[in-house]
Amino acid sequence: MKIEYNFAFFDEGSKREIRRATLKAIAIPGYQVPFASREMPIARGWGTGGLQLTLSLVGKEDILKVIDQGSDESVNAVNIKKLIALTTGIVVTDETTEATIIQSRHRIPETPLQEDQILVLQVPIPEPLRYYEPSEYETKKLHAEHEYSGAWLMLFEQIVNYGAMSTGADHPVMVHSRYVMAPSPIPRFDNPKLNQNKALILLGAGREKKVYAVPPYTKVASLDFADYPFRVETFQDKCCRLCGAKDVFLDELLNDITGEALYQCNDTSYCLQRMNGISKE
Amino acid sequence: MGYVAVKGGTLAIEESLKRLKYERLKKGVVVDCQRIESGMRCLIDQVMSESSLYNETLAALAIKQAEGSPEEAVFLMRAYRSTLPRNHYSRVVEPEDMMVERRISASFKDIPGGQILGAANDYTHRLLDFNLSEESDEEAINWVCDYVLEGGEGNDRTDLANLPKVVDYLRENGLMSVCDNDNHEPDDVTKESLQFPASRSERLQILTRGQTGAVTSLGYVALRSFGALHPTVGELRMGNLPLYVDNPFNEQNEKDDGYYIGEIKVTEVETLFPEDIQNINGEKEIEFKLGYGLCYGQNETKAIAMSILDHCLEVGESEHAINDEEFVLLHIDSVESPGFISHLKLPHYVTFQSKLDSVRQSKKEPALNQGKE
Repeated sequence: MKIEYNFAFFDEGSKREIRRATLKAIAIPGYQVPFASREMPIARGWGTGGLQLTLSLVGKEDILKVIDQGSDESVNAVNIKKLIALTTGIVVTDETTEATIIQSRHRIPETPLQEDQILVLQVPIPEPLRYYEPSEYETKKLHAEHEYSGAWLMLFEQIVNYGAMSTGADHPVMVHSRYVMAPSPIPRFDNPKLNQNKALILLGAGREKKVYAVPPYTKVASLDFADYPFRVETFQDKCCRLCGAKDVFLDELLNDITGEALYQCNDTSYCLQRMNGISKE
Repeated sequence: MGYVAVKGGTLAIEESLKRLKYERLKKGVVVDCQRIESGMRCLIDQVMSESSLYNETLAALAIKQAEGSPEEAVFLMRAYRSTLPRNHYSRVVEPEDMMVERRISASFKDIPGGQILGAANDYTHRLLDFNLSEESDEEAINWVCDYVLEGGEGNDRTDLANLPKVVDYLRENGLMSVCDNDNHEPDDVTKESLQFPASRSERLQILTRGQTGAVTSLGYVALRSFGALHPTVGELRMGNLPLYVDNPFNEQNEKDDGYYIGEIKVTEVETLFPEDIQNINGEKEIEFKLGYGLCYGQNETKAIAMSILDHCLEVGESEHAINDEEFVLLHIDSVESPGFISHLKLPHYVTFQSKLDSVRQSKKEPALNQGKE
């Protein structure tokens, strides 16, 4: 029993089906389009939504970059890259500028994206209203009626309780002044990058069977209040210990011996690029 | 400073995969797929049922590759299923056409056609049979020959392909409402994702491919406490159903134009729930309502639990979560729940860093480095 898989794993009918959902998602920015999510050779919750988008889009000329938590070499990123490379034979890269498709979990690269690039984000919980409304049937209605008071109230209660909005990653955003959207658990630091981005940003939730999109040059605003503005994570006075970068998202590492906190770029490819750039000078 | 490269993940994965293979092979004995297929019937049935893919050979291969983990085997089968084009849909299958191997009713002592125990674990004593550790192929063949010679495969005159349904008797006696067949084209949950409120065809599909343990546990919840139902098994039958597809080259297909493509073994359960209804005069009456369970292979507990859950979801609206279709249907899938649980093993340091920032803000502590709480 010797069986060959099709190019990019899926049969062509499945790819078309996913692309149709994707087109609808692009046409309605921020709206979650249900799609018949397939079971994939990697586990649900490990990036199957992003993987399905990537596989449905990928052509033989594409150059792929996959990152997980900012790293090209994270085991899950490597594993996804390996599967795509194995079923398509396309070229993979670590360099953000080289890639035509970038699949990512929980980060938008530090290097600004370009018009000919597609960023595919993996999404665990696509529903931004899920925190206060467990029922899918109800949240669908809330979106349809543009009824987002619950989302504001959630943030308001955080301010009342903790003196500030206490969302971690996945701070909800308003897309094209219409739909409240979960940006996937990217840190708040990356939220502003969604706004008017040159690249097409696709978000795929495999387990929850939803696809949604932020088309290029779309207005995306993080939910906040006039007197309590949205705030990204602070790395005040900190810089990367390797490349010296400031104004980037930093990983906090602990020195085993001294117990002191160390900081370095979370985007490893960006960091490498800077270091190699610096060393060449 | 020379070129800096961060590597590690690739090598680590390769070594981990090697280690996994080593764990499978280290005892120096390889399990044959054919032996899995012949000796692990129940596991194969469970895997095929949760996979929504009826193929014993593939299931055996998946079980081998998964080292016997049903969770992993189902995962392999489902992923493979994703690559298969859907070329044909079978004609409607009537469970009345089942070639019955086993059929029992808990509602009536005597049913038309009789109770047929068939192969079941129900009355085995759960004593470890130490003789099995020495069992040989030769002994097996001899035993089977003897069994066939003494007529074990059955030679009584019951027409096993034409057994009447127990519930039909209740319908004929006015104890259950008669309803027409719903001949709507069923919604296919693998082609369109589930929307709420779900149609009955969607509910039944999700239940039948549900994880065996999860379906059983939720069925038990409805039985024991949250709802405290006590249904009666009207009929449980297990056997083979023939499948036919239309001739794809015909514009119209007559009854005889179908092609027989094989048969599937299924377990079918119809459970009965007494329920208050109001008759036309506004008086209260009790009538039986039906819960329906059907799954691939011999999976009796799962099929019964499915029939309980089908009934719970059909009733809907109640104080109990077990009647909430989102609660039941979105949490019993064999690939989804283990997948999302296991994703917690992935690194989350970006999201954690982000939350850390919020926690620190709420504590309003200026320095990060001093605190060693």
